[in-house]
Amino acid sequence: MFESIPNPPPELIKRQYSYLPNSTFWSIRQGFPRQISIVLIIMSLVLPLTVWTIVSTTELVPATFLPTPLAVLSTGITMFAENNLWADVFASCARVLAGFVLAAVIGVPVGLAIGTFHSMDSLLSPLVGTVRYMPTTGFVPLIIIWVGLDEPSKILIISLGVVLYNIIMVADAVKFIPNEMINVAYTMGASRWDVLGKVIIPATFPSVLDTLRVNISGAWNFVVIAEVLAAQNGLGFKIIQSQRLFRTDRVLFCIMLIGVIGLFLDYALKWLSKKLTPWADQVRH
Amino acid sequence: MQDYAIDQNESQSSSETHQVSLNCFPKLEVENVSKVYAGKGKQLLTVLQDINIKIFPREFICLVGTSGCGKSTLLNIIAGLLPPSTGEVLVDGQSVTGRPGSDRGMVFQGYTLYPWLTVAQNVAFGLQFQGMSKADQKDQVNYFLNVVGLENFANNYPKQLSGGMKQRVAIARALANEPAVLLMDEPFGALDAQTKEQMQEFLLELWEKTHVTVLMITHDVEEAIYLAQRIYVLGLGQVKGEIPIRLPQHRELDIKLSPEFVDIKRQVINMMRQRH
Ligand SMILES: Nc1ncnc2c1ncn2[C@@H]1O[C@H](COP(=O)(O)OP(=O)(O)O)[C@@H](O)[C@H]1O
Ligand SMILES: [Mg+2]
Repeated sequence: MFESIPNPPPELIKRQYSYLPNSTFWSIRQGFPRQISIVLIIMSLVLPLTVWTIVSTTELVPATFLPTPLAVLSTGITMFAENNLWADVFASCARVLAGFVLAAVIGVPVGLAIGTFHSMDSLLSPLVGTVRYMPTTGFVPLIIIWVGLDEPSKILIISLGVVLYNIIMVADAVKFIPNEMINVAYTMGASRWDVLGKVIIPATFPSVLDTLRVNISGAWNFVVIAEVLAAQNGLGFKIIQSQRLFRTDRVLFCIMLIGVIGLFLDYALKWLSKKLTPWADQVRH
Repeated sequence: MQDYAIDQNESQSSSETHQVSLNCFPKLEVENVSKVYAGKGKQLLTVLQDINIKIFPREFICLVGTSGCGKSTLLNIIAGLLPPSTGEVLVDGQSVTGRPGSDRGMVFQGYTLYPWLTVAQNVAFGLQFQGMSKADQKDQVNYFLNVVGLENFANNYPKQLSGGMKQRVAIARALANEPAVLLMDEPFGALDAQTKEQMQEFLLELWEKTHVTVLMITHDVEEAIYLAQRIYVLGLGQVKGEIPIRLPQHRELDIKLSPEFVDIKRQVINMMRQRH
């Protein structure tokens, strides 16, 4: 039965196939050796620090423009010990917290409403979409005119900068819920409020936590803007004060301190969301 | 053998005559249902055309058809999740067109267990809307987890279960609600061949135990014949025909190899291939 299979025609024999060349460094989702990963992580921190050290100690750039890492560190220690930097850290953290909480309290429900109801989507999305492209910094003079120079205006600036991103990201998370997950609730006798409270909110909970975690970095941006304008304390205030005194070492230390606080918050929130949603199986980076 | 909770209620509350009448009137009726979508431009796309289906109490009915022939659309209309362009859906003689409710429980192909709830909490999901006390909920959940053989997984999260186990939880969740009709949209479509056969065997046993009225859609002809008492063949948006399955009520998987089974299969496949 199979005797009469002819030999393949010559053009088939010459056919060229293409193969994936080997590569470890450029591997895409094929696994990556842990040792190389660790080496790269260390390099990403050590390399910039080395460049900074070399450039500053050899005075390639004058020390007033770029102090050495050690100088920055010792300045920082002095600031904590003698200039009461703790008070500034505390003031900035309190402002970020207040602004961020306000942005979450408004942004999460509005985002949920837009993602859930077509009516709310049509009603609010055009407004949110337009305001998003207006720079928050542009609103700052208006806020100062309307609200004044006290704490409320600072908190408002931070909230305004973050709230629109909260809304858009939460609304998107709702739209990712599969239809079947909602429909099956209706076939079990759930009302629309039940679906909102018992399906949509729990289903988006991990994404809401992620959204807040990502957007807290925005809050730190805007606290500096708010404090640069008008404040008697805070890390942003310290930065602008140091600039007037031409103390680049202090400026650098305050910026790096904000970075460290942000990194710490990021890890804390990641840890918290892992604890709160043990059922979620997406990998969090 | 433990009886299905609905059956207990009915036999307690009703006389003989009521039982008889229950068997004469359809549990679920689909009357002249059509569905037309607006296609590209001004074109109209007719997905379903004048569908008529009747399902009697305690029947297991399968709707077979090739993919894309409108099976899911029809089942969503029956469940009330999608409004038909014309026609009515009746449960126990009452119109429920376009209104989903706990009378028609649904099992989809996948993605519908709530990952933030444990297996037991998933099964209890519908019970909270009935105002059932926590203690009764617990009994009901335990009973149906036993029925699907997952009592040891009550406190696991769905991500810890295999595909077949997830579908058993989805079935238990639908059954715990005691629907008038259980609707299933290719519930085993995403499972591998072996698991699929196990699940078919399991489903038939479950139906023998509980005598719940089932309407299941599938593109798998063998699955339909093995499970159903009656098959509707759907093609090009129309019911092409109805085939009664004259096989013994209690069926083993081996029956798929018997000459009677193969005869019916030939009949179904021929009907599916017919062009109107
Ligand atoms: N919202 C829609 N708009 C237009 N056409 C649709 C829509 N939903 C489904 N269809 C069409 O209806 C047909 C039947 O779909 P479906 O019911 O999912 O088939 P099945 O479940 O039998 O595979 C398909 O050809 C599909 O393209
Ligand atoms: Mg389908």
